[in-house]
Amino acid sequence: MEIHKYEKAWLVGALVLIVFFISTVAYVTAVTGVDMVDESGGTIHPDDVSDDERFGDPRVEQVGENEFEVYMVALQFIFRPDPVEVPEGSEVTFYITSDNVVHGYQIVGTNVNTMVIPGQIAEITVEFDEAGEYGVLCNEYCGIGHADMEGKVIVHPEDEWEEMQGGDD
Amino acid sequence: MATFIDRYPFEAKVVRYTFAVSFLFLALGAIGGMIQALHRTGYLRFIGDITDGSYYTVLTSHGVFLVIFFTVFFLVGIFTWAVTKELDRELGNPRLTKYWVTSMTVGAILTSVAIIGGFSDSVPMSADVLFTFYAPMGAHVLFYLGLTIFITGSWVAGYDWFKTWWDWKKENEGKRIPLMTFMVLTTMLMWYLGTIGVAVEVLFFLIPFSLGLVSEVNPLLTRTLFWFFGHMVVYFWLMPVYLLWYNVLPKLAGGRLFSDPLARVVFILFLLLSVPVGIHHQYVDPGIPEGFKFMMMTNTMFLLLPSLLTAFTVVASIEHGARQRGGTGYFGWLRTLPWGNPAFSGMALAGLMFAAGGFSGMINAGMNINYLVHNTFWVPGHFHLTVGTAVALTFMAGTYWLLPQITGKRLAAKKAAAVQPFLWFVGMTFMSNAMHRAGLFGMPRRTSEPQYEGFDYEPAFGTVAEIDAQVVGGGILLTLSTFLFLYVVVRTWMGTRVSADGGDEIIDDEIPPALSGPEDSPRVLDNLKLWTAIAILLVILAYALPIAHIASQGLYEGSEYFPMLLEVLTA
Ligand code: HEM
Ligand SMILES: [Cu+2]
Ligand SMILES: [Cu+2]
Repeated sequence: MEIHKYEKAWLVGALVLIVFFISTVAYVTAVTGVDMVDESGGTIHPDDVSDDERFGDPRVEQVGENEFEVYMVALQFIFRPDPVEVPEGSEVTFYITSDNVVHGYQIVGTNVNTMVIPGQIAEITVEFDEAGEYGVLCNEYCGIGHADMEGKVIVHPEDEWEEMQGGDD
Repeated sequence: MATFIDRYPFEAKVVRYTFAVSFLFLALGAIGGMIQALHRTGYLRFIGDITDGSYYTVLTSHGVFLVIFFTVFFLVGIFTWAVTKELDRELGNPRLTKYWVTSMTVGAILTSVAIIGGFSDSVPMSADVLFTFYAPMGAHVLFYLGLTIFITGSWVAGYDWFKTWWDWKKENEGKRIPLMTFMVLTTMLMWYLGTIGVAVEVLFFLIPFSLGLVSEVNPLLTRTLFWFFGHMVVYFWLMPVYLLWYNVLPKLAGGRLFSDPLARVVFILFLLLSVPVGIHHQYVDPGIPEGFKFMMMTNTMFLLLPSLLTAFTVVASIEHGARQRGGTGYFGWLRTLPWGNPAFSGMALAGLMFAAGGFSGMINAGMNINYLVHNTFWVPGHFHLTVGTAVALTFMAGTYWLLPQITGKRLAAKKAAAVQPFLWFVGMTFMSNAMHRAGLFGMPRRTSEPQYEGFDYEPAFGTVAEIDAQVVGGGILLTLSTFLFLYVVVRTWMGTRVSADGGDEIIDDEIPPALSGPEDSPRVLDNLKLWTAIAILLVILAYALPIAHIASQGLYEGSEYFPMLLEVLTA
């Protein structure tokens, strides 16, 4: 079988390109430790969600100095809790599940993006370095009210957060 | 010389019929697309407001009609044409042929009825589940039954072509499989392998689920089975396109295919790699370990290879054709190409858009970058370039060349036909570009009203209003282009028959042999059993562990049924 020399060059070029793509992703994943959504959040039967210690009472919980955990349930057609409020500079781990259909959780304009699948708990860790309000939306069709399904993450500046905490005590 | 319709009247009738059904679905799909573009952008909302599910009825129909029925009905037509013409023999068994044609038609009707039922409150039927029908959302059982009957019909069609080839082989001992037939057979082997996923999903889970025979299913499992099928189907749309690009396009350019063996290699690579990649649609799914995602990503990247090889061969063959026609210079030869012939210009423009779609596809395929674009408007931006243009526009262009052969009539309305591909190209440039950009600032897909109360989008440049205008403007051009195409088809169909011995009225249907033919390529390329065995092995290697992992959480354990019926939800 005769392969033209340009054809050969193209073939080699194509293979190099492919290997390059794979290695950049491998590199970025390994070195920067970008967190992928995977099985680490565990599973939960949809029937057990409402009685669950974490998801029965959806909330934001402080677990360390700058560390927070959010136990979130996606319903038709709201997220609970909403809004999620944390201080600037905090590291927040979201645990999100659904006891109904499939939803999506996306913080608009960022790469915080996960499917919310009944039976599974999606776990994602996000560092909020900049104060401000972030829009959240459901990006998987979940029924008639899907277009209404939105939420918010409010990241408070340090001093504002202190005040809020003070007020609670 | 007599053309296809004179030599194979029965097969010509089959092709005419499947094309007609295909184009009917194209028309319905285009209307749906227009409605979506108008509604999402807020330009015109007449199908009900946000609390009415009609948008999703339209969206389900747009997806299912276009990417299942329009594409597959066209595919079975063109494959029938290719096998019959190339092997120079009739499909051996007309009763079998009639069976699959009927089965596919009945299936498509049932599924369509279930979907369209969603428009009316008085019909206790609906299937607003979009073309991915993720459990635990449920459609009326007719939706799944229709799909089952449709797909089994396509399986029988594959058997029909295989049988024709076996009969040919008996009389042509020791000959290489002719190229187009080789493409048809490898594509169908890929289809058999990939449809196992959706067949298991529908037969063992969704139909029993919708009938209430089982009370729960595991939504991650059914989703994974869907995508086992769902990526392969992308290549099922694309293989008839490659068949046209390899065999017909070079000839339209005035030349011939560069290399027959390389075309075989490309189709073998698709057979091997198109299934064990499906999890790349589930990069952001919880419950699937990262290692499995990475493995599928690696396979996905290798799947770029056959498309990159195709780009080379197609461009080289076109250039060869242009030089035969007297073209010179580095790029000067481009000018000698027959841009006024819609069969050529349609396929060439489709190829160009496919290259652009390839770039955005590489972004999607990157496991980490995918987080930025997953389920945003970027994604429909991407696949309107691939399936929505590379496939749809090539099918239209191919029709301009094929229709005379299967009707015995000359192409009518030639001026309209000549502008149609350019109109599509311009329309899609606007619509797709705007969708990509909107996706980058987070605008979601699959949403009737992507305007929210709590926040505004922040485009890096331009404005949301300007992007909306491009989506609507592009959508209008695309819809016009679609109907221009249909107009040419109808006019041609109603024309007068060219007589079989019609002197200078010969209908062109010749496909010249490749520059380097199959003779000097290794015979192992034609060993379909070997390639199928390797393909199965690769699928097992890639999918056994992920599926075992997910299935171990319970097959019939997970979610209860959520029927997408208006009555139920609003009650
Ligand atoms: C008349 C031309 C067309 C227009 C104006 C159009 C418009 C659109 C729009 C605006 C959407 C996004 C809807 C949403 O996510 O909310 C969409 C989705 C889609 N389109 Fe098109 N489209 C056209 C042609 C096509 C063609 C030719 C194909 C394929 C052969 C196609 C396949 C799809 C698919 C698969 C979806 C996704 C459906 C889903 O998310 O479930 N479209 N189209
Ligand atoms: Cu939703
Ligand atoms: Cu894919």
